[in-house]
Amino acid sequence: MTASLSTVSYLAATILFILCLGGLSNPETSRRGNLYGIIGMAIAVIATIFGPQVTTAGLPYIVGAMVVGAAVGLYAARVVKMTQMPELVALMHSLVGLAAMLVGYANFVDPAVSVGMTPAERVIHEIEMYLGVLIGAVTFSGSVIAFGKLSARITGKPVLLPGRHLLNLLGLLVVIYYGYQFINSHSVAEAMTPMIVMTVIALLFGIHMVMAIGGADMPVVVSMLNSYSGWAAAATGFMLSNDLLIVTGALVGSSGAILSYIMCRAMNRNFLSVIAGGFGTDSGAPAAKGDAVQPAGEVNPILAPETAELLREAKSVIIVPGYGMAVAQAQHTVNEITKALREKGVNVRFGIHPVAGRMPGHMNVLLAEAKVPYDIVFEMDELNDDFPDTDVAMVIGANDIVNPAAQEDPASPIAGMPVLEVWKAKNSIVMKRSMASGYAGVDNPLFYKDNNRMLFGDAKKMLDEVLAALKA
Amino acid sequence: MSLLIGVPRERFAGEKRVATVPEVVAKLIKQGFRVAVEAGAGEAAQISDEAYRQAGAEVVADRDQLWAMSDIVFKVRAPSPDEVALVREGATLVSFIWPAQNPDLLQALAGRKATVLAMDSVPRISRAQKLDALSSMANIGGYRAVIEAAHAFGRFFTGSITAAGKVPPAKVFVIGAGVAGLAAIGAASGLGAIVRANDTRPEVADQIKSLGGEYVPVNYQEEGSGVGGYAKVMSEGFQKAQREVFAQQAKDVDIIITTALIPGKPAPKLITEDMVKSMKEGSVIVDMAAEQGGNCELTVPGEVVVRHGVTIIGYKDLPSRLAKQASTLYATNLLRLMEDMQKTKSLEGDVVNVAMEDEVLRGTTVINKGEVTWPPPAPKLSAAPAAAAAKPVAMPPKPKGHGEASGPMSGTKTAVLFGTAALLFVLVGRYAPASFLAHFTVFVLACFVGYMVVWNVTPALHTPLMSVTNAVSSIIAIGALVQIAPDLTKISTDLSRPNEWIRWLAVGGIALATVNMFGGFAVTRRMLEMFRK
Repeated sequence: MTASLSTVSYLAATILFILCLGGLSNPETSRRGNLYGIIGMAIAVIATIFGPQVTTAGLPYIVGAMVVGAAVGLYAARVVKMTQMPELVALMHSLVGLAAMLVGYANFVDPAVSVGMTPAERVIHEIEMYLGVLIGAVTFSGSVIAFGKLSARITGKPVLLPGRHLLNLLGLLVVIYYGYQFINSHSVAEAMTPMIVMTVIALLFGIHMVMAIGGADMPVVVSMLNSYSGWAAAATGFMLSNDLLIVTGALVGSSGAILSYIMCRAMNRNFLSVIAGGFGTDSGAPAAKGDAVQPAGEVNPILAPETAELLREAKSVIIVPGYGMAVAQAQHTVNEITKALREKGVNVRFGIHPVAGRMPGHMNVLLAEAKVPYDIVFEMDELNDDFPDTDVAMVIGANDIVNPAAQEDPASPIAGMPVLEVWKAKNSIVMKRSMASGYAGVDNPLFYKDNNRMLFGDAKKMLDEVLAALKA
Repeated sequence: MSLLIGVPRERFAGEKRVATVPEVVAKLIKQGFRVAVEAGAGEAAQISDEAYRQAGAEVVADRDQLWAMSDIVFKVRAPSPDEVALVREGATLVSFIWPAQNPDLLQALAGRKATVLAMDSVPRISRAQKLDALSSMANIGGYRAVIEAAHAFGRFFTGSITAAGKVPPAKVFVIGAGVAGLAAIGAASGLGAIVRANDTRPEVADQIKSLGGEYVPVNYQEEGSGVGGYAKVMSEGFQKAQREVFAQQAKDVDIIITTALIPGKPAPKLITEDMVKSMKEGSVIVDMAAEQGGNCELTVPGEVVVRHGVTIIGYKDLPSRLAKQASTLYATNLLRLMEDMQKTKSLEGDVVNVAMEDEVLRGTTVINKGEVTWPPPAPKLSAAPAAAAAKPVAMPPKPKGHGEASGPMSGTKTAVLFGTAALLFVLVGRYAPASFLAHFTVFVLACFVGYMVVWNVTPALHTPLMSVTNAVSSIIAIGALVQIAPDLTKISTDLSRPNEWIRWLAVGGIALATVNMFGGFAVTRRMLEMFRK
């Protein structure tokens, strides 16, 4: 294959990747979008293997590596549970990060790449290499920690070192200093020390950054790491002067950045404050609630049969799922209840808060897995105005995203965060294991409202009882 | 000893119902009660003494003996003075009482030291619906009203073309869409008539439509829902507008069924004599509010009269005219009441001890051991709660920052942003070599394309977006591929290239990236397959 042919193939792959992301604008076209992605990837890989940059001597290695990788990947994709999706995604980010690191190192020890470069080109090439490995390492270690947190292998609470901002700053200075050393070194051996020191610091920085972030901020972190994995690919592209890598990396990088931005906006929080850890305060501890208005009143508990009765008599129901539904694996029962109610002519809809769950769109995937039709699943903004006309709003394992304090109490730590206005429904039912407060550490005045009922217990067990009562 | 439930024969003139039926007797016995029925109690409702006996009830011939032996007496009609005299001291009576209209009866029963549960006072909350006897009776009344109207009306209800000519469908206008009104709407449209209905509560419009009726609104802004799901008295202005609507309908329709009642008040006069005059000859009015004086000015309660060529039916006992059905439903309501009392431990052993903390039983009980407990406190939870009046506290403006998208950026901010970008571009253009600039151009443009494309992604697909971008970022495999075995002949061969090192690093990179490539696309595919309508 000639160089021109492989360039054209790369162009085709680029277009296919853009179409792939574009297809996701709608569930109807999304499956075709995914297919475009697969075709694009196949073209890119084949064009490279049979292109001018690879000789046949590499084929056995390539085939071997790809067979192993493909087997692992396909196996993981087949066995993963939808509730484990965030973990899998985090793990896959780490692989991209590690691969970027390896490619960076391979490029670094290869003297052939810099043959014939002008001094300016050489400097730029070295900066690209240095940055590529840096981003790759941060992505790798950060994603591994995120995976650990999401799969509960590491505590989900923020782990905060004293003076951590200072530590980060120090790390940055050291990295810059060694970067200077790296560029000024004259041989691979000489440059090895700065490279390794930088890699270690980058790895530590990734660990440190993600450790400091709590469970409910995970959607931001996961999408941020998604973005990083893109930038890592782009940096590698610069390093190898490969436009396909640059374009694809930029696509992925901006996609992740937009997702992080959407997640932050949905929590009315600043991106930096999320990444800096904690809840927007300098100490990072959950914000003191001293000056916030304490809700007063009685909590009205309710039992499953009465819940079923309320649902049966309702004409319109909105279900608001949260991370609790994922933890209890209750999505299938939720679908059964939805089906039973819809057969009775009840208008059932789902209201999804952008940060419900542990990654963007987590709830949508769980509901889709349980075969809830996607045309009754709505975004927060699409149905927030409909709550006053809703008979029953059922909240399953969510707390902060339905907290009226965000609108009513300017002193609340979550003031200004957009929330689902379930308290405006004629009745609301909150399913929760206990009265414990949510991630933000804020008491929820919703629980004390006159038209709210609390259904205490494990979401799955309670919903099973509700379903049984509905069918009785 | 278990509690004995006694069911006397109803002695009120024309009353055909009975407070229990054999099917319910069997269930009561299963729940641990004993049941005694007065001989001939079910006769008017076509239920023989034998049927009661077979269900397990004792049939008692002597009325005084039945009252004397019963711990709990089930009745339909409020007791007459001579029945009050029969109430055993300390016994429990379950019946319609109408305490608001019958204060003397209430006092007399209190004098007997009895406990009285009034089936007309069951609170209107969802939990109590199963024992809401008023609703079950109203339901039957509404149905029967249509049957009576059809009987008096000289034409078919449904329109049809027969060999002898065209028959237009009957037009029925129902006033008040409570339980009775809705039952009437359902029955009339079931017979094929064109049904229209009006109610002061606009929220019932959907229920009217669901039963095949057409909602006729009164164009006057006033909310007609009172406490507990009942209607309330409307303002003068509304009433005027309402009369205009009724007058218009009267000229057009063949049958009017009125069901307008306001609790504790005489029925509102909605159909004037002039309206009756304007109706077509042979039309029918069924006045279901006759017992409370009637909705029509010309109604004679309890009788059927013809005025200005219009038959006006003022029966007060419509449910009783469907005695067997009414008895069965009423008996079932009483059965549910007994279940509730057992659940709340109101019937421990052989004493009746009403759990007054239970909202439903509290509302139903009008006399507790000789003490008048009527009226009950206002219901806590209404079927349609009053609109919340609380205004949210004024919010401070949202903090500006990274998380702010609404509105265009301020001028200075935009200027700073563009200034920085310009400076960056100048620096890059000044110092970077041409080969870098080509890539840089591609990079910046790709970022913009990514930005545009990703904003179009529906939030529902954010998780598949992440997994597919993940798969796409495995393009990094290309970087490893080009390193594994490059064509070194073009470059000088004397380079000391650590071939083995590079090869194994590249193999590792390829393997890792391939995990993502295959895994990412496969899992995305799996997820997208699940998104179904």
